[in-house]
Amino acid sequence: MLAGRALPLFRSMQKRTDRINQIMRETLSGMRVIRAFVWTGYEEKRFDVANVELTDDSLRVSHLFSVVMPLLLASANLSTVVVVWFGGLRIDGGQMPIGNLTAFLLYMTQILYALLMGVFASVMVPRAAAAAERIQAVLETEPDLCDPETPASVADAKGLVEFLDVEFRYPGAEDSVLRGISFVAEPGKTTAIVGGTGSGKTTLVNLVSRFYDVTSGCVTIDGIDVRSMRQEDLWHLIGVVPQKAYLFSGSVASNLRYGDETASDHDLWRALDTAQARDFVTDMEAGLGGEIDQGGTNVSGGQLQRLAIARAIVKRPRVYIFDDSFSALDFKTDQKLRAALRAETRDAAVIIVAQRVGTIMRADQVVVLESGSIVGKGTHDELMKACETYREIVSGQLSREEVA
Amino acid sequence: MSGPLARSPIGGGPGPGMFAAAERPHHARRAIVRLVRELAPERPMLLVTVVCAFISSAGTVFGPRILGSAINRLMDGLVGKMIGQYLPVGISHDQAVSALRAAGNPMANMVAGTRAVPGVGVDFEALGRILLGLGALYLAAFVLSWASWYIMADVSQRVVYRLRRDVDHKLARLPLRYFDTHQYGETLSRVTNDIDNISNTLMMGLAQVISSVAIIVGVAAMMLWISPMLALVSLLVLPAVAAVTLVAARISQREFAAQWERTGALNGHVEESHAGHLIVKSFGHQEETIRRFDALNREVYEASFRAQFISGIIMPAVFFLANVQYVAIAVLGGIQAATGTLSLGDVQAFIQYSRSFSMPITQTAAIANLLQSALASAERVFELLDEAEEIPDPVAPEVLENAAGHVALADVAFRYVPETPLIDDLSANVRSGEVLAIVGPTGAGKTTLVNLLMRFYEIDSGAISIDGIDTRRLTRDNLRRTFGMVLQDTWLFGGTIRENIAYGREDATEQEIREAAKAAHADHFVRTMPQGYDTVIDDDASNLSSGEKQLLTIARAFLADPEILILDEATSSVDTRTEILVQGAMARLMKGRTAFVIAHRLSTIRNADKILVMDHGNIVERGSHHELIARRGLYYDLYKSQFEEALAEAG
Repeated sequence: MLAGRALPLFRSMQKRTDRINQIMRETLSGMRVIRAFVWTGYEEKRFDVANVELTDDSLRVSHLFSVVMPLLLASANLSTVVVVWFGGLRIDGGQMPIGNLTAFLLYMTQILYALLMGVFASVMVPRAAAAAERIQAVLETEPDLCDPETPASVADAKGLVEFLDVEFRYPGAEDSVLRGISFVAEPGKTTAIVGGTGSGKTTLVNLVSRFYDVTSGCVTIDGIDVRSMRQEDLWHLIGVVPQKAYLFSGSVASNLRYGDETASDHDLWRALDTAQARDFVTDMEAGLGGEIDQGGTNVSGGQLQRLAIARAIVKRPRVYIFDDSFSALDFKTDQKLRAALRAETRDAAVIIVAQRVGTIMRADQVVVLESGSIVGKGTHDELMKACETYREIVSGQLSREEVA
Repeated sequence: MSGPLARSPIGGGPGPGMFAAAERPHHARRAIVRLVRELAPERPMLLVTVVCAFISSAGTVFGPRILGSAINRLMDGLVGKMIGQYLPVGISHDQAVSALRAAGNPMANMVAGTRAVPGVGVDFEALGRILLGLGALYLAAFVLSWASWYIMADVSQRVVYRLRRDVDHKLARLPLRYFDTHQYGETLSRVTNDIDNISNTLMMGLAQVISSVAIIVGVAAMMLWISPMLALVSLLVLPAVAAVTLVAARISQREFAAQWERTGALNGHVEESHAGHLIVKSFGHQEETIRRFDALNREVYEASFRAQFISGIIMPAVFFLANVQYVAIAVLGGIQAATGTLSLGDVQAFIQYSRSFSMPITQTAAIANLLQSALASAERVFELLDEAEEIPDPVAPEVLENAAGHVALADVAFRYVPETPLIDDLSANVRSGEVLAIVGPTGAGKTTLVNLLMRFYEIDSGAISIDGIDTRRLTRDNLRRTFGMVLQDTWLFGGTIRENIAYGREDATEQEIREAAKAAHADHFVRTMPQGYDTVIDDDASNLSSGEKQLLTIARAFLADPEILILDEATSSVDTRTEILVQGAMARLMKGRTAFVIAHRLSTIRNADKILVMDHGNIVERGSHHELIARRGLYYDLYKSQFEEALAEAG
């Protein structure tokens, strides 16, 4: 009975505790904005509400349980009284030796203890049940993407990426993010994807790595649909450097070797050279053994990106995907890096999601996205003549006179 | 990991985790004093709790004795019936005893120990009276005990509520320096985990300690009163119990510490794999990550097993010793009852007493542990509450309304750390409605300037004034309302998109929100989201790209409609095309307003009225774009590296 009432209370208390934690986390991480917009009063009220709610719940639970111990003790004690009375009647009538009575009383103390244990356990049960529910929910989540029964083999892949009339929409969304996307990214060539924020660039490249499946159409590598490959094989072919680079705690070397466990130190240095990261790694006391904190928080944004790029290089994939990975670099470094990358990625297909005109201009092919559709495809010169959106983008960075 | 009632909520009773390693406070005495002060407003209620707990323990202290005399009445009746079989009815108890003694009857002594009268059975009237009295005592104990728990729950929750509130208020008054220098996870832990810890202990610990102590003292006294010899025998067991407990506790504490540490390592690994799961997947490292998890998991298992096992041994061991004690008492007591030295009821009572002696002792030990860790937590919370606060707002502040937006910096100097020079002798004048662009390499002091303008940090010397009023003579709220910020670090909270935009202005209408979103070109992508404006931004705002986040923060700024704008590299994550559109809207917004723009994107600042080029905290160049190009200085260098070829072509 107690457990029945306790379980929902525990669930609610857990939620309320989560809520307070969440509010605190947000407040702490957004202190600047809160003060800038002078929302401190609002934040305080928000917290207070959560505080009151949590306190209410906790009170209710504590009140519920405050009766337990005393009740147990009292029932055991009162039972003793009753037992002595009725036992006394029996003893007087000669039906029971007195020793039995004393034994009985002692048994009752035993029962009391056992009951106490039982109560502790039963109190834990609702909490455990609530926690178990949450764990079960995670375990029951089916992965959306699965490997095919008979995977196609991808030995000796060249790295030709093709999009065939791809459409993608998040389940339940109002609009499609991407529509009618068709283009080819050839090995040995660089394809740049440009477009406004929210035009679908990152989603597009995520489809290559099959982080999501297309809603219609297909993405193929060397003519094989990515869905017919084993996910492992697919990822083996692709080297991704995401917008927000992430490093693991460990050393520079351990992070770089994430691309290829068998890479030698020499390989690592080569990759660092290409990524323009040699200088600051050599500056580190332990060089390749230099410590990296979780998430790469002990290096600057630019260094983080370069290390992530070096990691992809170590992997030597057939397809490189750079999702706006040069944004934290200043222009000089960006230039040198791209020049070095050209040499390194000679045989691979390179797909770059880019903002900077300098990057775009040199690509072998530029795909221009707007609101999820391709509005232009070709080289820089072709697009300057034919595509207005492209012109707008470029002119945004250069003034009229400077563009040839 | 903690959570209310993380330990058994009822009595710090038996449970393996009881002897887990407790953190020790650094200055226990100071923490206790402080905690007592926090409890001060609750003093009357606390007193009531203490009194209730104390009195309720009377049930355990006196109960067995009274029960004992009930048993004695039974015994009297039983023996009475028995001797009534061969002694004449009607004689008194004493006469019966002397008769038995004279006859050399071995039971004479035992009978002497009772008050049996030959032929007289159990006096149920007397028995009934005793039992009723006992029942009443137990009921009273129940009520009082319940009351003490109930009130204690109230008290501790109130105290905790106040602590939480005080901490939250404190956070609002701490200077930003504190947040920049302290890992916020740690601060978070103080607010949540530590306060939870204090709450648990207060609730359970205090009431328990009082009643436990009362019981121990009362019971010991009773035992001594009934039979000093038996009391001695029972007390003999205590050192053995203490020894077992201490040894096991020490060993298990080591294991618990190891368990804690390894759990931390496991958690760290899980967190990392979760945060970087895209990387794990795309580099094909799932198997290895799983293997590493298994290894760490196993380590946690091993340490936990050892810890739980060893501390779990304590209870059975103590029970065993208690049973040995019981046997000893039963035997000795039985002999004493047979020889008439003690009545049966007394023996009965004694056994009950010795049984109920050990529990409060172990409880007190466990609570001592809890108290230690609660004190440590209290210390940390107090530390936070004692931190130095921001300089308070002036008592009679100036008021700035409908500012024209003329900002003047005069000889401003500032350093985060005294040894590292940053800004020295900075002077600038921005007229109302002008757009001022600040450029320079990283670390040149640009973001710092924002910190100073908004008084997130105080300048070391010099003055910043708006419309001629020194910003230190305004309230902070007033000052900050005058500015509108779009920061590089987008901050969005776990609410809907609509709520996040509405952060710009409390009383915004739906239409105003949509317009602000449209102006920032956020409307389109919001509508591609599953729930549109009602989409909830999750914890790390990971369901939006960084460009989308920027647009939302810009929409927020649009809504706030401030007199002076500060754009801190706001548009660098937004692509150039959208930037043009936003710039257009911004230009509309900037009309008649002063704006500070800090960016790397030279395309953004081309159209600025004035450009300040900063390097190492000082302004090294100023002028318009064309003037600076002609000068061929730092600005020219920066510009050149971006458009090398384009410039070559333009000649």
